[in-house]
Amino acid sequence: MSFSTLLLLIFAFSLCSFFFSSSSAFKKIKSATSRPSALPKHYGQYSLAWTLFPAFLLLIVFTIIGPIYVDNFFKQQIALTEASYDKAKIELVLAMIKNISNGSISSDEPKILKLAEEYSNYLSKIYLFRTLSVLLLSSILGIIISSNINILKNSRVKVETFYRILFFVSAVIAIFTTVGIIASLLYESLRFFALYPFFDFLFGLHWAPNIAIRSDQVAAQGSFGMLPVLIGTILVALIAMIVALPIGLFSAIYLAEFASKRVRDIIKPTLEVLAGIPTVVYGYFAALTAAPFIRKIGMTLGLDVSSESALAAGAVMGIMIIPFISSLSDDIINSVPQSLRDGSLGLGATKAETTIKVVLPAAFPGLVGAFLLAVSRAIGETMIVVMAAGLSANLTINPLETVTTVTVQIVSLLTGDTEFDDIKTLSAFGLGLALFAFTLILNVIALVVSRRLSEQYD
Amino acid sequence: MIDKNIDQLKRLKLRKNAEMRLKVYGILSISLALIMLSTLMISIGLSGYSALQQAYVKLEINVDSKKVLDEKGGFSNQKALLVNWDGIVSNSFITNFPEITKRSEKRSLRALMSSNAGYELRQYFQKNPDDLDENITIWLSASDDFDQYMKGRFNTSVDEKDRRLSNQQLKWIDFLAMEKISKLKFNTSFFVNADSREPESAGILGAVVGSTLTLTITILFALPLAVMASVYLEYFAKPGRLTDFIEVNINNLAAIPSIVFGLLGLSVFLGFFGLPRSAPLVGGLCLGLMTIPTIIIASRASIRAVPPSIKDAALALGASRMQAALHHVLPLAAPGILTGTIIGMAQALGETAPLLMIGMVAFIIETPDSFTSAATAMPVQIFMWSDSAERAFYERSSLAILFLVGFLIIMNSLAVFLRRKFEKKW
Repeated sequence: MSFSTLLLLIFAFSLCSFFFSSSSAFKKIKSATSRPSALPKHYGQYSLAWTLFPAFLLLIVFTIIGPIYVDNFFKQQIALTEASYDKAKIELVLAMIKNISNGSISSDEPKILKLAEEYSNYLSKIYLFRTLSVLLLSSILGIIISSNINILKNSRVKVETFYRILFFVSAVIAIFTTVGIIASLLYESLRFFALYPFFDFLFGLHWAPNIAIRSDQVAAQGSFGMLPVLIGTILVALIAMIVALPIGLFSAIYLAEFASKRVRDIIKPTLEVLAGIPTVVYGYFAALTAAPFIRKIGMTLGLDVSSESALAAGAVMGIMIIPFISSLSDDIINSVPQSLRDGSLGLGATKAETTIKVVLPAAFPGLVGAFLLAVSRAIGETMIVVMAAGLSANLTINPLETVTTVTVQIVSLLTGDTEFDDIKTLSAFGLGLALFAFTLILNVIALVVSRRLSEQYD
Repeated sequence: MIDKNIDQLKRLKLRKNAEMRLKVYGILSISLALIMLSTLMISIGLSGYSALQQAYVKLEINVDSKKVLDEKGGFSNQKALLVNWDGIVSNSFITNFPEITKRSEKRSLRALMSSNAGYELRQYFQKNPDDLDENITIWLSASDDFDQYMKGRFNTSVDEKDRRLSNQQLKWIDFLAMEKISKLKFNTSFFVNADSREPESAGILGAVVGSTLTLTITILFALPLAVMASVYLEYFAKPGRLTDFIEVNINNLAAIPSIVFGLLGLSVFLGFFGLPRSAPLVGGLCLGLMTIPTIIIASRASIRAVPPSIKDAALALGASRMQAALHHVLPLAAPGILTGTIIGMAQALGETAPLLMIGMVAFIIETPDSFTSAATAMPVQIFMWSDSAERAFYERSSLAILFLVGFLIIMNSLAVFLRRKFEKKW
């Protein structure tokens, strides 16, 4: 039975047990002489939880472990029958067996056909076992719990404890996600650094991940020095910040300090629309409108502008970041206490002087935090640079030339079919780790700066 | 009255000027931002609206029913495969030009019809088998270059050798348009087809369905987890290291680049758990992990906005803490949670990078029908089309953007509207 049918079945089971238990608890409570400890629905929820969750967990475990177990079993089988095969060859044969048993390809080797048949038999056995065990577990637990309802036991407390554990687990998922990200990036990166020296990766000046087709070819192994990629990333982010920072900051100052309420109510949502546009749209704009436009301007000025210049990608990325900076800064400026402004105005300063000499210094730590968050966003931004920046890693700080960024390289190394033991794939995880570390550091600095430097005014 | 000397008046003027300047800078930057927004939308709108129409050619066709019907009189797919539908189309098309006899001319004439026109014809008869054996008039797609020329988007100033259409072909198209044999009609294939190699029959339906499936997984996965986590953090977490650590993690996850979630999906969901590639299931899980922090932050804010007196009253009447939280506080916080969820979903709908990592960037001509079948999503479709060589894909890309952005704006305004409507001052 398929995963979704099973899921639906155990849902149905647990609903049955819910209604059965709550109605039987209701009857018992009615005829009871002593006071019941909980409402009928709590008994229902109690048996629902027992019918649903153990079976659900079992289902998940089977679905994940089952195929892995079968794969390992067949790898051993292949290794036993063909002792000469090495690891890669075994994987290949296994993939072939899987494809044959799916029916997507066919083979004329009887040995492989036989293995494929065994494989699909084995897998269907595992699935049958999964179906039986999940259904049995769910129904047995459901029947036991719902037929043994004791209204003197307080099932509300039990149900609430269960909820509380469930809530705690969901909160801890945030930790699991972070751990998962770090672990997966580290694991693949360590495999990469086993193939390619760490310091060459970090400080190398040459990035050319193209692996030769023949192993005896010159430059058979690609070169993975990430410095040019990093410089390119920083260059694009810098251009973006040059565009976004003044525009975003001045907009925020105007909106927070000078604009009337009506103007504010119109402009703010409009800027939020700008923030809600997907990055792929900005990428499309950058690649098909902004880049040719900048190239044309450059040509009329007699400059040689690349069609995938860092300037186009950076400028459009700046447009994307404007609303981010302006709305964050607006909130920060608004949170400066009114008493500071009143004091300054009362001493005879103009509104502009108050803004520049009183409000902005008070908001400064928060603004620095917002700025750093914006930089981290610019560095991690993917689609704009994938569509508008280039692929070749030039070690240059000329904004009119083509540069590449960390995210572009990750995308170009990982799109299409990827094998996990290829050095190119692994190098993408190395870049991913660098990107993660970089943005993490920026985020932490932003947090620390805005916490440490900010003063309490009220 | 205080005496004002000239110096003071001068300084006052300078100070007033400075204030004026600051205001002007502010207005300038806001208008710059708005100009950029409108340039963006107008340029995309201008290049996209024309994709609503598509060039079709009127053909008179008669197909022998013996070729395609089986013994029982039903449409036989196997027999239909053997029929040369393209030949039928091009023969009928060439009858418009009786004067043409040379093979090479015929070939360049045939190139004006879409290479999918034969397929369209077959589909038509599959749906209407009664029309077999009769002379019917049918509108079939012209080639993408034909289409672009009719829309005036074909650059004729280029040297003939470097063009995709020769002068002769352009003359033919002009003739067909003048005789009203070819016309621009509403582009239905854009809305009912999935992706295709031929721009004239490429549509967004596959991507829309893919996005819907992906977002279904995202919301089923992210919303319950996020709400439970925020209730825990607001009501049950004891202040301490663990709670602090959870909060730091949530805030940090909200600021991690989206592509990193794609890497996580690639190495954990695909590499470790062995889930299928390109599937909405995996895409939805990645986007869900990415959206959870957004929803948690919004939910916590709206739970906190419910005054403690509500909770205290519930507790005083004998409710347990869980009952106070679930029966009294959560319903009052629901509009805020809903707003946060809509914003998170809008973000997830526009997200591309993680989907590229887990292989949802494949070329898929079939509309996905399950959570584990290979699919693509709207933003990825836009990305793929704008990467294509054919010019006709650009306008389709723009039109798809208009739909996506329109939908996102509706989602976001709904969120704003709900926030205004249900906003309560306690």
